[in-house]
Amino acid sequence: MFMRFIYKFSSPPYFYAISGKMLPWLTALFLILLGYGLYGGLVTAPADYQQGNSFRIIYVHVPAAWMSMFIYVVMAISGGIGLVWRIKLAEIVSISSASVGASFTFLALVTGSLWGKPMWGAWWVWDARLTSELILLFLYLGVIGLYNGIEDKRAASRAVAILALVGVVNIPIIHYSVEWWNTLHQGATVTKLDKPSIHIDMLIPLLVMAGAFKVYYFITLLLRCRNELLEREQNAKWIDELLEKAK
Amino acid sequence: MSEFFAMGGYAFYVWTSYGLTFLLLLIGVIKPLLANKQILRDLLLKRKREGNA
Repeated sequence: MFMRFIYKFSSPPYFYAISGKMLPWLTALFLILLGYGLYGGLVTAPADYQQGNSFRIIYVHVPAAWMSMFIYVVMAISGGIGLVWRIKLAEIVSISSASVGASFTFLALVTGSLWGKPMWGAWWVWDARLTSELILLFLYLGVIGLYNGIEDKRAASRAVAILALVGVVNIPIIHYSVEWWNTLHQGATVTKLDKPSIHIDMLIPLLVMAGAFKVYYFITLLLRCRNELLEREQNAKWIDELLEKAK
Repeated sequence: MSEFFAMGGYAFYVWTSYGLTFLLLLIGVIKPLLANKQILRDLLLKRKREGNA
């Protein structure tokens, strides 16, 4: 049942039609989560006892950082699937994730910098967490550059998948950097086996914002996949029908 | 209200973070939406040209 759905979903005309229908619902879900998360994070969550209101940067910083790693893993896995089984949609998902992943990585770095300045007194330090996240940004940029540098898009997808898979080694390094090295960046407060060391009123908006960012990723991924599909399949018959309807 | 915007003296850091985040999120959907229109327009044009030839 599930496999049949996946099989059907990965057929280009079906994917294009169904994703078009999903987008308004996803957008509504995103806006609800975003509104709730922003209100919770900026208004109802109490100020931090040490960091005052500056801690509110957490509600964009941490979800962006989580997404930067999550998207990288999606990009590498779907790239790997495309590499082994030559599934067109997997290749497209992989490359369509790169630029949104790079955006989230950039945001994690910049909002971290904007948080670091008032709290640590420095915009940037060469600490293990910050450095490994910066390497993640370079990996994303490498993937985008490599893809754009190869004319044949299927060959480009294969090259990019290998680079993405090799770069996965950086993901556990980012996550455990705060344990393995003596970092200025604080340790994990949510994603650890122990109970989260953050108050529930601060935690809930954080999780809601993380949910909002995940839905956002899904929205922009669908949008990009649709475009990539149109460009790769431009002579296909289903596109003729699509254009006929759009007239 | 002005207390809310002051963010306990951290207004610059907090609002720049949020502003930049929303700017990038917005660009991230507007770009593919505009690209979609452009691609469909180009494909339609291409079909028309091929139809005439």
